[in-house]
Amino acid sequence: MIDMWKFTLRRILIMIPQIILLSILIFILAKMMPGDALTGMIDPNVSPERLEELREKLGWNDPWHIQYADWVGGLVQGDFGQSFRFKMPVTELIGERIVNSFWLSVATLIFTYLIAIPLGILSGRYNDSLLDQTITGYTYLGFATPLFIFALVMLWVFGFMLGWFPTSGSVSPGSEPGTFAYVMSKINHLILPAIAMALIATVNTVQYLRSEIIDTKQKDFILTARAKGASESRVYNRHILRNSLLPIAAFFGYEITFLIGGTIFVETIYNYPGMGLLFFESITLRDYSVVTAVVLLFGVAAILGALLSDIILSLVDPRIRIK
Amino acid sequence: MSEKLLEVKNLKTSFRIKDDYYAAVDDVSLSVNKNEVLAIVGESGCGKSALAFSIMGLHNRAKIEGNILFKDQDIANLSISNLNKLRGKNMGMIFQDPLTALNPLMEIGDQIGEALLLHNKDLSKTKRKEKVIDLLNKVGIPRPEHVYEQFPHELSGGMRQRVVIATAIANEPELLIADEPTTALDVTIQSQILDLIKELKDDMDAGIILITHDLGVVAEMADRVAVMYAGQIVEIADVHTLFEKPLHPYTRSLFNSVPNTAQAKSKLHVIQGIVPSLQNLPREGCRFSARIPWIDASAHEEHPELHEVSSGHFVRCTCYKHFDFPEGSSKEEQHHGIS
Repeated sequence: MIDMWKFTLRRILIMIPQIILLSILIFILAKMMPGDALTGMIDPNVSPERLEELREKLGWNDPWHIQYADWVGGLVQGDFGQSFRFKMPVTELIGERIVNSFWLSVATLIFTYLIAIPLGILSGRYNDSLLDQTITGYTYLGFATPLFIFALVMLWVFGFMLGWFPTSGSVSPGSEPGTFAYVMSKINHLILPAIAMALIATVNTVQYLRSEIIDTKQKDFILTARAKGASESRVYNRHILRNSLLPIAAFFGYEITFLIGGTIFVETIYNYPGMGLLFFESITLRDYSVVTAVVLLFGVAAILGALLSDIILSLVDPRIRIK
Repeated sequence: MSEKLLEVKNLKTSFRIKDDYYAAVDDVSLSVNKNEVLAIVGESGCGKSALAFSIMGLHNRAKIEGNILFKDQDIANLSISNLNKLRGKNMGMIFQDPLTALNPLMEIGDQIGEALLLHNKDLSKTKRKEKVIDLLNKVGIPRPEHVYEQFPHELSGGMRQRVVIATAIANEPELLIADEPTTALDVTIQSQILDLIKELKDDMDAGIILITHDLGVVAEMADRVAVMYAGQIVEIADVHTLFEKPLHPYTRSLFNSVPNTAQAKSKLHVIQGIVPSLQNLPREGCRFSARIPWIDASAHEEHPELHEVSSGHFVRCTCYKHFDFPEGSSKEEQHHGIS
């Protein structure tokens, strides 16, 4: 167990340079983009001299490392700057949306594994049967279907045609926060986008689990287990499944990155007020302080996802804990 | 004559490749008595392991014909749940590669304990642990309490093989099948493991099927020897007879292929060709004929049978009467006595 804590601590320390590097990259990329919030949709009657004056005042003509230091100095105090479009602090703007996106991601992950684990197990255990071919067929369809098309079709069928789910927003207007009806309404708004994303996201995991189970089935220690007299269900539950779940745990970090990409499409299509929608809108409006903040948070989420999958891996696989 | 433990009669194990069945084990009959070591010798791919797996019921998609009588009960094609009452309890198996034969995610103690748990549900947890520690002691593992909580990757190959053996003998099986138990180990560890198996055999009065391609191991361990080629037994005899008077051309070629330090300068004998693959096995005639092409076709039988040349010594096909090594190759004049 001590090994476990040492491993986790070391793993967390590694994250620090990762995050610093990430912030530098994002900042430089943002600065390299042509134009800023004072170009484009600004009153053409404002003179260039006045704009230059504003730029000077906002510190945009300073060398990049000074600007970076300013930016990071604000970040550590929770200050992401001002949104030009919403005329409010980015932190405030992100506040509720990050919670919405968090719950959407959690729901998607739950659906993803609820679908992937049973399908992967069945497919791997009875490989080359009709059942396996059906499941594999579904995964190929999933691979081939772009998320944004599939999300639109789901919205059209279950939102508009059947009317089972709301078609936009994250909660019914007029619900009182804290009441049971409010929570139910939140969940109701989550389900359709989460299922749409999960049905596509899960196919990777199904395929991984399937091939891992087929692989593990042929390992020598499975013969040892059978030779001990272990029943088929015991062989599967005790010996095959645990060994096959290792790569799934390793895959978890990647799953988070997929989710981030997915939320941008899905939130836009379902008009769900989360980080993805905010990102999409801010890019089209060149609201850079919001874009950099959102990208930074996405990056941190991906790094945290990798941390989480490493910790899960070290919990299930004793070989990783040892240096 | 001691008690017969296992009797295999006309066993044929076939695998399906595309639309046809191909027999990896063909018409094998043999028996093992209590407290006896039967060695099965042959090149890689000759069906030794397929035979062992058939006895343990470990093939999952093979067609098994013939009878496997374990203490007079036919266990060929027994249902898995019935087989599981015997496997691990009455029959144990030691595998070839100790590096892969243990579950990498399970503590050693749990892996050995599982064999006990499966056949004795009433054993309390503390009793089980005591028994596992006893077993670890028995197979010569130092600091068993510590090893109990270790994982396979923390042990050396030799130690892991001891753990595999401890698992196989946990319930004192009457029949122990050792499938090349020392192939993956280095020489010093080999002899330790073989000594251990011998000791355990005498302890438990068990019958052992020892699969190997190492004639040195055979000489040291076996009471009787069956030589397999291309899925068939070509010669079977007690160990003294076989080493002093090998008859079948394949057996003689095998002996001749062992390097001899006394004649360091003579060229090592090589058996021509390779073991035919499952799909290319000759279906009729003497299966070894292709590898001794200088012997006249008339020397072989059309349907080679096992002939009893002396009590308990069987040889397949009549070609052995006409066989000699071609001129120029090293003669097998050296003495193959058991040291």
